[in-house]
Amino acid sequence: MHGMTGAVSAENVLEVNHLSVHFDATRVLTDLSFNVAKSSSVAVIGPNGAGKTILLRALIGALQFSGMVRWTEGVRIGYVPQKLDLERDIPITGVDFLSARAAVAHKPVTDFSSVLTPVGIPLEVARQPIGTMSGGQFQRLLIAFALVGGPNVLLLDEPTAGVDEPGQEHLNELVRRLQKDQSLTVLFISHELSVVYKNADQVLCLSRARTYFGPPRTILTPDLLREIYGSEVSYHVHDN
Amino acid sequence: MTIETLLVAIAMAVAAGLVGSLAVMRRMSLAADPLSHVALPGIGIALALHIHPVFGAVVMLAFGALLVWALEDRARATTESAIAVLFSAALAVGSMMTTGENLIDALFGGAGVPSWSEKIFGLSVASAIVLFILLSKNSLVIMMVSPDVARTADIKVRRLELLYLEAFALTIALGLRYLGVLLMGALIIIPAVTAKRLSHGLSSMLWFSVALSVLSTALGSAIATHLHREAGPITVLVATALFLLSLLARRQRSAD
Repeated sequence: MHGMTGAVSAENVLEVNHLSVHFDATRVLTDLSFNVAKSSSVAVIGPNGAGKTILLRALIGALQFSGMVRWTEGVRIGYVPQKLDLERDIPITGVDFLSARAAVAHKPVTDFSSVLTPVGIPLEVARQPIGTMSGGQFQRLLIAFALVGGPNVLLLDEPTAGVDEPGQEHLNELVRRLQKDQSLTVLFISHELSVVYKNADQVLCLSRARTYFGPPRTILTPDLLREIYGSEVSYHVHDN
Repeated sequence: MTIETLLVAIAMAVAAGLVGSLAVMRRMSLAADPLSHVALPGIGIALALHIHPVFGAVVMLAFGALLVWALEDRARATTESAIAVLFSAALAVGSMMTTGENLIDALFGGAGVPSWSEKIFGLSVASAIVLFILLSKNSLVIMMVSPDVARTADIKVRRLELLYLEAFALTIALGLRYLGVLLMGALIIIPAVTAKRLSHGLSSMLWFSVALSVLSTALGSAIATHLHREAGPITVLVATALFLLSLLARRQRSAD
């Protein structure tokens, strides 16, 4: 069954019921149910192989699944995938890439500063071929690309993977600011529990055995984390 | 070579340049060769049924593209093996069904003067392919960077993929009479590879690729007429010479 829109209660953007994904005999996600409230921030955590990326790909309809995925009417999703494998010499510049998005959306954009400034990419960098950009630059370009489509939902698959520490801070701050300023709904995969604690309203924790969904305070407990990750996990909670 | 034949050849070269740009960027440079093999059984069947060989080739190439598309949905390694097996088998079946001279013509081109209907067919298919690539280039670029991202930009990824593969297969079919299926693969790929070396962005890539493809075709035809040779091999040699020149140009530029 595939994702559909409509028939979602007013306060939610997304409703997932009994979602299962399997590849041949291997079950990757089993009977997953959760709702995502409008303008909320949901972190997806879990050990490697728990199916976090698979979940996001199922939500955008890129995979076959069973169960129900319902998006609210008029949803516009901006998806930022994990690090992409690009050839260095591919003759497509950042501006080409953004222009392609604008053209597909029938938006005659000539000036991309409105999406490049928030993500902190100078125009000179955007004019370079995408294969020559650093991991962090390309990640931010992908966010800018998503913004060209005027999204109301952002799906981010480990946006800070492969980005240096100051860059990570900047990206996390950027996502939080976008969420606040444009009241976006954000679903993000993260391995950094301190970021999850700080930025997420809800946490969806995937593991082979069980799934947990709730606010960070109830999910990110030492006992539960030990059960899911199978070892002692510590994280630092920033006090605001 | 008459003016109309040259016109059809140039239209074909424009289509090859555009389709090739995308193929090279998508790392499909080696796909033209196995796909071109499926044209052969089509030619064989068409000859046996006394219908036009181009028609048989078009049908089989379109079917071959559909097959690649259907297999692409599965794991990549399996697809590659399946393509290798199926298309090599097609070559064997094709060479059994097609007799010596027809086989050489199909592979390397040059079977007499094309008829009016062939010219009209060639021109309309080439125009359709050019139009398709120009209208879909943005969606194709996004899909090439990430099919998942394309999906969220409301691009019908699977449908576009099929259309592109069919455009690719039809471009090979276009070259059947003029260059032959084997050499047509070369005209799709070589100018695009050269263009990629010379380009920084998307529009220069497309322009360079089309210009180099047309230049190779025009120059190749002129030299072939002068030397009383078949145009196909010479066209591909001209394209290769332009590629070698681009290596020098690049070296010169980095030396500056």
